[in-house]
Amino acid sequence: MPDVILKAENVYKRYGKLEVLKGISFQVNRGDTTVIIGPSGTGKSTLLTCINQLTPPDKGRIWLEDTEITNPKTDINLIRSSIGMVFQHFNLFTHLTVLDNVRIGLSVVKKIPKNEATEISMEKLNEVGLADKVSSYPAELSGGQQQRVSIARALAMNPKLILFDEPTSALDPELIGEVLNVMTKLAEMGMTMVVVSHEMGFARAVANDIIFMENGFIVEEGKPDKMFNDSENPRTREFLHKITELYGGKEK
Amino acid sequence: MEQLNLIWQGLPSLLSGTVTTVILTLYFLSLGFVLGIILALGRVYGSRIINILLIQPFERFFRAVPALVLLFLFYFGSSFFNINMSPFVAAILAMGLRSAAYQSQIFRGAIQSIGEGQMKAARSLGMNTLQSIRHVILPQALRLSIPPWANEYAVVLKDSSLAYAVGVTELLRQGRYIVARTFGNALLIYTFCALIYFVLVFVGNQCLKLLEEKYRIPGYEIKTTKHQSVLERI
Repeated sequence: MPDVILKAENVYKRYGKLEVLKGISFQVNRGDTTVIIGPSGTGKSTLLTCINQLTPPDKGRIWLEDTEITNPKTDINLIRSSIGMVFQHFNLFTHLTVLDNVRIGLSVVKKIPKNEATEISMEKLNEVGLADKVSSYPAELSGGQQQRVSIARALAMNPKLILFDEPTSALDPELIGEVLNVMTKLAEMGMTMVVVSHEMGFARAVANDIIFMENGFIVEEGKPDKMFNDSENPRTREFLHKITELYGGKEK
Repeated sequence: MEQLNLIWQGLPSLLSGTVTTVILTLYFLSLGFVLGIILALGRVYGSRIINILLIQPFERFFRAVPALVLLFLFYFGSSFFNINMSPFVAAILAMGLRSAAYQSQIFRGAIQSIGEGQMKAARSLGMNTLQSIRHVILPQALRLSIPPWANEYAVVLKDSSLAYAVGVTELLRQGRYIVARTFGNALLIYTFCALIYFVLVFVGNQCLKLLEEKYRIPGYEIKTTKHQSVLERI
């Protein structure tokens, strides 16, 4: 019996005349990594932000465990504090040190005393290999380091799952590896992750489940093995072929 | 020698005028600061209705009407409504609200220049809007506001001399008293007043520059210190 942690049912989202999501349903099991792939402009990022309601969907329902996120009575701030989010452009707080970036959610949202918050933050920064950068400011770090800080920031909240919105797309090629390594480690530790990414190597090696989206629909969904080698849909095959040529599909 | 003596004798009253000028300016700026931030937050995050009915008309009015007219409106207008307002209070209201309208523009620009990713990141951690503003948006926006705010400081300080017109005994009025008592020393006394204004603006701007330097974010490109200082543009 799979332990479903996140469930989306018939999610619709429209921006003016443009319908971005046209009835998306999927679910994620605890401890699994789900990678969402697809051409740009197909609503992958919108789907992620629908999950934590940064963009509330127009229609459809989403559950985190037994709580319906889309229910207006749900305390959305409480839900968000248990869903981590990692952004394409990191979005670290520019005026705060690395340590304070990781600590701020603990002190402001969870009201955890400072020394305890510091302890947790240091532990998470250690996990992403940046314990020596605690007093640096984001602008003093490389993109890869910034992204790892933002992963630590998400981890510090002890989230039930983490959403990754193209976490490596804004990085120089030589910095992508360090971020993917951290994400791979998280997957191995059993963190539940939903990742929008073009990193096929990562998807192939780490994902439990791959979702291929196009034009606001889920075209196909399945295990990496099936998706890469034996997909049912010609569009999936075409896209994977193209993207693998572009980004390389070798296992990391 | 005679002139030095004149200044020496006038010094106590000129200094007391200076103190009044500084106190006035502090009141103007504080009222403008608090209200300016509230207005700016209303502009950026508030509802359309509040903006159209309240905030925008307020800002338009106080930026479009000359300072002297505002002073007259508040001072002479208050008695029309049977409110007994001292020149001091009328000046604080007129000039403080006027500064609020200008400061709100400064803060609004600063808030809007902060990428929306900052707000998104804050909200995604579970902060509510107010927490996000307090811990993430404002600390950054206020840093960006310091250089234009130094300008506002200079303008408000100098415009405090207009309170003269409704009878506040600030620096310029004290100077005027001395000129009236001792015929023919207008140039000397007014030059001395000018010097005091200059020093106040200069010192204030230096302090703000230090503040800016102190709160500069390492590695972050908002260096204004290398540009022309605000003082040189006055």
